[in-house]
Amino acid sequence: MSKIPLQFRHNGREVAIFVDGGTNLLVALRELIGDMTPKFGCGQGGCGACSVLIDGALHLSCLTLAETVAGRSVETLDGIKQGPQLHPLQRAFMENFAAQCGYCTPGMLMAAKALLDRNPQPSRAEVVEAISGNICRCTGYEPIINAVLAAASGGRASA
Amino acid sequence: MLELRKDIFADERDDNLKEIGKGTQRQDMLGHVTGTSTYFDDHKLQGMLHMKVLRSQHAHARLRRIDTAEAERSQGVRRIIRGADVPRNLNTLLSLINFGKDDEPSLAVDKVRYKGEPIVAIVADSPREAHEAMAKVRVDYEPLPAVFDVEDALKPGAPVVNEVYPKNTFIYHDVYDHQKLRFGDADRALAGADHVLEQRYQMSPIEHAPTETNGSIAAPDTNGRYVVYTSTQALFFSLDTSAKILDVPSNTFHFVGGTVGGGFGGKVDTLTEPLCILGAMLTGRPVRYVLGREEEMQFGSPRGAERIYLKDGVMRDGRIIARKVRAYFDSGAYTRLSSYAVVKCVAHLPGPYTIPNVHGDVYCVFTNRTPATAMRGFGVTAMDFAIECQMDKLAHLVGMDPMEFRILNAYRDGDMKAHRREAKNCALIECVQVAAEKSKWTLREEFRRMSSRKDGGGGRAAIPATPGETRPRPTAPAQQRTAYDRSLAAPLNEPPREPPPPPPSPPQPAAPSHGATRFSSVFGTRRR
Amino acid sequence: MTRHRGRGIASVNYPIGMNLGGDPSQALVHSNPSGKFTVALSSIDLGQGMKSVTRQICAETLGVPVEDVYVDTADSDTGPHCMGSFASRGTHRVGNAVMAAAREARGVMMEAAAEELEVNAADLETDGRGNIHVKGAPHRSISTKDVAIAAQFKQGKTISGRGIFLVPLSDVNPETGEMSPATCYAHACLVAEVEVDDETGEVAMIRMDSAYELGRALNPRLVEQQLVGGAWMGVSHALYETPEPYYPDPKHGPRDFVEYLMPGPGDICPHDIAVLERPAPDGPFGAKGPGEMCANPVLPAIANAVFNAVGVRIDDLPITPEKVLRAIKAQGGARPQARR
Repeated sequence: MSKIPLQFRHNGREVAIFVDGGTNLLVALRELIGDMTPKFGCGQGGCGACSVLIDGALHLSCLTLAETVAGRSVETLDGIKQGPQLHPLQRAFMENFAAQCGYCTPGMLMAAKALLDRNPQPSRAEVVEAISGNICRCTGYEPIINAVLAAASGGRASA
Repeated sequence: MLELRKDIFADERDDNLKEIGKGTQRQDMLGHVTGTSTYFDDHKLQGMLHMKVLRSQHAHARLRRIDTAEAERSQGVRRIIRGADVPRNLNTLLSLINFGKDDEPSLAVDKVRYKGEPIVAIVADSPREAHEAMAKVRVDYEPLPAVFDVEDALKPGAPVVNEVYPKNTFIYHDVYDHQKLRFGDADRALAGADHVLEQRYQMSPIEHAPTETNGSIAAPDTNGRYVVYTSTQALFFSLDTSAKILDVPSNTFHFVGGTVGGGFGGKVDTLTEPLCILGAMLTGRPVRYVLGREEEMQFGSPRGAERIYLKDGVMRDGRIIARKVRAYFDSGAYTRLSSYAVVKCVAHLPGPYTIPNVHGDVYCVFTNRTPATAMRGFGVTAMDFAIECQMDKLAHLVGMDPMEFRILNAYRDGDMKAHRREAKNCALIECVQVAAEKSKWTLREEFRRMSSRKDGGGGRAAIPATPGETRPRPTAPAQQRTAYDRSLAAPLNEPPREPPPPPPSPPQPAAPSHGATRFSSVFGTRRR
Repeated sequence: MTRHRGRGIASVNYPIGMNLGGDPSQALVHSNPSGKFTVALSSIDLGQGMKSVTRQICAETLGVPVEDVYVDTADSDTGPHCMGSFASRGTHRVGNAVMAAAREARGVMMEAAAEELEVNAADLETDGRGNIHVKGAPHRSISTKDVAIAAQFKQGKTISGRGIFLVPLSDVNPETGEMSPATCYAHACLVAEVEVDDETGEVAMIRMDSAYELGRALNPRLVEQQLVGGAWMGVSHALYETPEPYYPDPKHGPRDFVEYLMPGPGDICPHDIAVLERPAPDGPFGAKGPGEMCANPVLPAIANAVFNAVGVRIDDLPITPEKVLRAIKAQGGARPQARR
């Protein structure tokens, strides 16, 4: 099987890899780039654990052909810290105890970031809608919703 | 929102602790929010191969022929594993503690007993190549009649699901097809009750649906050992089960886990480790075996369904005087942990209430479906559903408030429970009172004043006369011994033993303690 | 179309740990030369907080700050045997093992401190902030770090401890079911309020109020996580989940999260929780285990609330719109019961 050369920005850094045709972005990120933050939950687009941002928009990396991100910018949880500083969402998730097993957390954080990037002051209903594609089996969602709202209002307080 | 009600039972506690009782941040939280918590699948090993398992398309069928010739020639295939390649291809999980008979193969050999049962494992360079090879395996099935209903499975002439248990029930104490509970004379009490209510309840099977599916990565390590990264909920359970199936000493394996993406009971069964390690042994390469979501959902063991019949006798004043329970646990095609769910359920009867006559018959039944296993609330969740729906109906029947009805019948310190141990440290009444307060549900004054610490014991501490109990009590048979060592396991088909002479009468429960037991913060010692 | 509200209750207890082959867990605790402690377990953290709760138990028992303790799960080469993380046994069984190990390590630490301070170990106490001092004389003090250095390089002592907690097997009487199935029990009562649509059969959650008795909330935030998440799972079991929608007919099984239903973030309701603490005599600091029982009262409370709302009893789980609607039709319409 012939390999396809692929270049894109991964968390602000140019990367170049060779992928097999049909490889999905989740596999490319985890196995070829070594970024283990997006998780495999279903491979069917049903759980959101693999969520990443492509040019700022939320995508399911398990349903994205790797070759379609050529020349684009892919952001994962591994890239949302600002230097050593946690992203406000990460801090809010900690303070609100918004993770238990932690497996859905990377995807959940990316879905929340996609929301706050386009809508820094969302309503509760908008937060609920934004994370509705992400399944959490542990928390009952309440602390996650609270964390996203806290990150939004925290941003407002410091802005 | 959570409120700590420190005012209740305050006299039984010291609250002067330094670290205990504080809402300290989780040790693993920083790892979780930065995505650096390491789950089994986050280990990336050089030259890793991938395993996929071909599963049965039939719920019950004889395997006439399995032809893997074409699959073996398929691109990227390193090894095809069949039942004959598994050193000890028959196991039951609880054999580690000498409970039950080996009844489940790692890979089916002559028969499949549920749709989705593993038949052949394929190790290939990539998941895709393993999938492609899977499509090239030819299996010639001879479909057999299947049984899916627990009560149908017990009827004469029902298809035999699992030949190890030809009556389609797990065998308790080497002889019984169910576990009994006998406390008092339920039939007589029912005859004298003001109202009798008999109802049927049905729990659904439930999928654990952890966001991380079951899986493991096994790799040859130095000095002939294997390192195994796993999603297991029970590290040594999985390690010892793998050692048994692969017939090697347990210290051959170095199991690493502990950070798991949800389990809820669905990661106890050691679904992937033995075949994954066998793949590594046979290829000399790291092998990864991860269940896909559809596999997890349909063929990863679920919470078993339970069918429950309750027959209760209640008096006009609201006292429940008898509870009779017949329940069938759907174990699926193999035992796994359902045999123990039954025991746990029997111990739970009749719920958190003091009822003087309790009669239970609980069966672990084999059907042609995915084997069931533990799940959050194991053995109890379904019974609580049945009991608490029944409690609501009984309250309705006698015209009582459902909360007051529960308080009236609640167990209290010093009462005798149906499994013949004294109730201590009870708090059901207080929970009902606080829930009433929180939900602004009005309780009458006398019910607000009742307490788990008052009015228990006395006549309620007695073990009632139970019909048929004068017979000699057989001592517990070998399967109940504690021996976490499979070399001590009794051989299969051991002839039933003669019941030994009756043991001395059982130890009487200790007299109810008087006054509150006080709990000291200093190393948990108790003082009066 | 009318939406009917109803309330239902359920109260439960739950056994902590299991009775099968005996129920043991072990723990090892040791200090490095800087007075930082490691707890080695083979127990599993699957989200319930095993690492965190045993860390607090260890710190409390040693008398050191929680930051000075790190819990390592699970490595079969270094972590001693544990039955596993199930049966609500983690906090109770593993917690007790960690407590025993930490107690032994504390004994050595206090002996080493006594030798440095030239006093009797019985006269020393920890301040919980990393120091050991003479009772009533806080100035005669030594840090746990200096004790660890002295133990390692001067006294030749290992500040370490071993712990096991074993509940021995209790035989089950085949004729009567007599046994000792568990050593302590947690308790709960939950009130669920629902709204039932008599045209669609849909059940919406309005709110839950509950009281859980757990022995002791070793970490109230972790307890809250379990109770909130567990009650959500109870709602899910009651109204949505099944891998066999027409059980015992095995057909039409879901294959993915589109077909396997669970309540999403838009389906949740407020849940007001009270936690009661009646310490278990054999629990670590009196603790029981909240992990499993938190879901159990929710299922029947919802079924009872549906009856209160529209007068139908759904005794087969899950309580799907189809079942509710068929039952309402069968009785000739919704029959709301007395408001509670």
